[in-house]
Amino acid sequence: MSISFTVNGKRHELDVEPEMPLLWALRDEIGLTGTKFGCGVAACGACTVHVDGVAMRSCVTPVEMVDGAEITTIEGLAAAQGAGEGELSALQAAWVARQVPQCGYCQSGMLMAVSALLAENPQPTDEDIDAAITNICRCGTYPRIRAAIRDVTSA
Amino acid sequence: MVIEIKKPTRRQFLIAGGAAAGGGLLLGIGFAASGPSRREQAEAAAAGEGERFVTAWLKIAPDNRVTVYVPHSDMGQGTITALAMMAAEELDADWSLVTAEQAPAERAFANEALGNRFLANEDVPPMLKGLTAAAWHQVAKFMNMQITGGSMAVRYTGQHGMRVTGAAAKEMLVKAAAARWGVSASACSASMSVVTGPNGESATYGELAAEAANYSPSARPALKSKAEWKIIGTARPRFDIPGKVDGSAVYGVDAQAPGMLYAAVRLAPVFGSKIMPYDASDILARRGVKKVVEFPAGIAVIADNYWRAKEAALALDVEFDAGDKANITSDTIFAAHDAALDAGQSETDKEVGNAASAFAAPGAEIVSAEYRVPYLAHACMEPMNCTVWIRDGKADVWVGCQDALGARARIADVTGIPFDNVTLHPLLLGGGFGRRIPIRAGFFDFPSEIDWAAMIAKEVDAPVKLIYTREDDIQHDAYRPAVTARIRAVVDADGFPVAYENRYIHKDEPGEAPHIPYAVPHQSIRYIDIENPVPRGPWRSVAHTQHTFFSESFIDELAHRGGHDPLEFRLAMLADKPRHAAVLKLAAEKAGWGRPLPQGHVHGIAVQQSFGSIVAEVAEVSIEGGSPRVHRVVAAVDCGEVIHPDTAAQQVESGIVYGLTAALYGEIGIEGGGVAQTNFTDYEMVKLAECPRIDVHFVDSGEALGGLGEPSTPVISAAVANAVYAATGTRVRQLPFKLHDLKPVSDKFAQAAD
Repeated sequence: MSISFTVNGKRHELDVEPEMPLLWALRDEIGLTGTKFGCGVAACGACTVHVDGVAMRSCVTPVEMVDGAEITTIEGLAAAQGAGEGELSALQAAWVARQVPQCGYCQSGMLMAVSALLAENPQPTDEDIDAAITNICRCGTYPRIRAAIRDVTSA
Repeated sequence: MVIEIKKPTRRQFLIAGGAAAGGGLLLGIGFAASGPSRREQAEAAAAGEGERFVTAWLKIAPDNRVTVYVPHSDMGQGTITALAMMAAEELDADWSLVTAEQAPAERAFANEALGNRFLANEDVPPMLKGLTAAAWHQVAKFMNMQITGGSMAVRYTGQHGMRVTGAAAKEMLVKAAAARWGVSASACSASMSVVTGPNGESATYGELAAEAANYSPSARPALKSKAEWKIIGTARPRFDIPGKVDGSAVYGVDAQAPGMLYAAVRLAPVFGSKIMPYDASDILARRGVKKVVEFPAGIAVIADNYWRAKEAALALDVEFDAGDKANITSDTIFAAHDAALDAGQSETDKEVGNAASAFAAPGAEIVSAEYRVPYLAHACMEPMNCTVWIRDGKADVWVGCQDALGARARIADVTGIPFDNVTLHPLLLGGGFGRRIPIRAGFFDFPSEIDWAAMIAKEVDAPVKLIYTREDDIQHDAYRPAVTARIRAVVDADGFPVAYENRYIHKDEPGEAPHIPYAVPHQSIRYIDIENPVPRGPWRSVAHTQHTFFSESFIDELAHRGGHDPLEFRLAMLADKPRHAAVLKLAAEKAGWGRPLPQGHVHGIAVQQSFGSIVAEVAEVSIEGGSPRVHRVVAAVDCGEVIHPDTAAQQVESGIVYGLTAALYGEIGIEGGGVAQTNFTDYEMVKLAECPRIDVHFVDSGEALGGLGEPSTPVISAAVANAVYAATGTRVRQLPFKLHDLKPVSDKFAQAAD
């Protein structure tokens, strides 16, 4: 079965099983490895991508569900947010300024989840953030994640 | 078994100039050895055209760029940046010209500072101690060490390696400049990667590097005093951060090799099980599936896409016979702890005074308690993986691990391919915490996914990337051991302990973890080693994780029993431990200890010295829905000096969240000989919503450098338990907290009034 979708503005046509999770199509078929495998059961959020602007956990999203969709991964986040070539989005810059990542493995998913939240709710309360950002970070970067979000949400 | 290691007769700096074309300087700091010098080895491994190694860890290019090669993994703890800062400080380099990266897995970059400590039998970190007792002695014998663990990178490699390297290189550069200008070296000065002469001469380090290679470095170059530091003690941006916000950072699981295939495994739930006969024909007929490979722990399915391999491995109809091990459960394990403790045969850990007679004294007031903690998995965010390509008698390996050289040696051992024919490409680690030490020597001689990857790759005519599922990771870890401890004290009329006794199961590293800092005249700390049926390994802060919870909870019990403030009670017994007292006081002051808190909130306090640092934590807790809710943690840390204030604080924050997750939720249960938990769904983690505010304060004691990757982890469980007691009157003696349905004292009063 042929499935087609765009990833970071580039069209891909894949001949894969319809139930193959988008995560593995991105990583092993398309070769975009910025999106991470963490749990395989949508419990950790490391695989979060945007599907038509909505944050989705790609490890449980069959490719047949994204046929015709526009997908953004961490590699395309800056461009999708209007940053110039080689530049970071404001959110990514805040991540650097706060030196948020430690091992960094969860941070692709964190950034995708947070950017989707802010697109929908540019001034979230702490409770909004708590409810929306349920990704797991084993290094415990949560306080810095919250601070970095606040850097781009408070005037 | 203790491996005899031949000590080098002298520590020697090796210098060899002119080995490479073009200008440059290469200084090898190392043991005398036959064959190519470490510098030459380093140059062959990592120098580009015209670039020279100033030491095995320091390279200066003609354009004045400095590259520091760090013989440790950076799992996000900031090691690579911090160690580069230490070298650059003594080199007086222009920081804007400095970069750093993980050293290649070559002997030239072995972690010599660590080795020297090992040979001198000084305060050796636990990972290393294990090596002496392990069959895996080749690593130590040949100093094949790039181990990252024991919170030791900055305090050993940085302090004894990087600073000396930088200072020696600077001296050579100054000598070269002085000779060029016909002036005395003492008339020249170096700053910002430029040497300046007395008559206005100047030359960059890059311009001087080749001439500097003609000088022998002094064995003991002068190091700067703290007052002269310009780079150490400042928060320089970490080198690894940019790649971690745009998806470009390459972790082990992201390895790419031409024609690469993927392996998923079907592991026997119980290690050591027999694989029963199976029929793989259905699996082999699946799309993309190339091969099925049996190995000692199970069966691997090789496919052209990881998902296809994983689905096929799950679908494989196979049974495993665990034999007698199928009868092992958490209950049988803890029953064995109890039986061993009841039997009373124990080994000496620490004896002070005469505890036995204190307990036997007529009328002795004795307090006793039994504490217990379960096995824990590491649950690194990046599931375990290793990519191996075996061809033409050679192996290429891509992996992120806590000891690249050790992994290389291990692959050589498992495959029978000579060490020199194994190339290891170190990649980033998505978390380590002790899980990614490839040889768990001294803890448990247990094969890991690196061994399996090598065995599987031998049977496949292509590069193979083995990835564990999260279920594989949770169920096939090397676990933090479950431990039971029975603690007693004889207390005086004021409630202070005059005798302290601890009988615990499993002696582990570091050996001092069960010891208490308090002035108690009679102490008897003894252990019982019994057979442990579950694979065990180092878990962030190792034995401190269990013992800090035990001893700091018990001391708190004594404080409350005697009607004392838990802070004052501790301070009264720490008259000869001023560093402990200082961090306790600082944490208490910053947390507002003793001052009013929001309704329903209480404080708990605890302290522990580990890995050379002393950490006190005050946890602010309330009880919500029967569980502790931790609102804020204030940590005070004495690690001697702070090299990088921001990464230092990050590590303390990180350790607290890691320890808090374990305290609240962490429990690996054993059923039918295997692990009951499967994924983050039943091995739960603290998430952003539950993460407390964390404030970190450092005490600048000027004492020897202490580690930071681990010391904040063990303290939090006791701090929270002590707060829980203050809130509920219930003493939690078994972790995790999720096992307990807690009621605030106010609820109890309400019930009593009804």
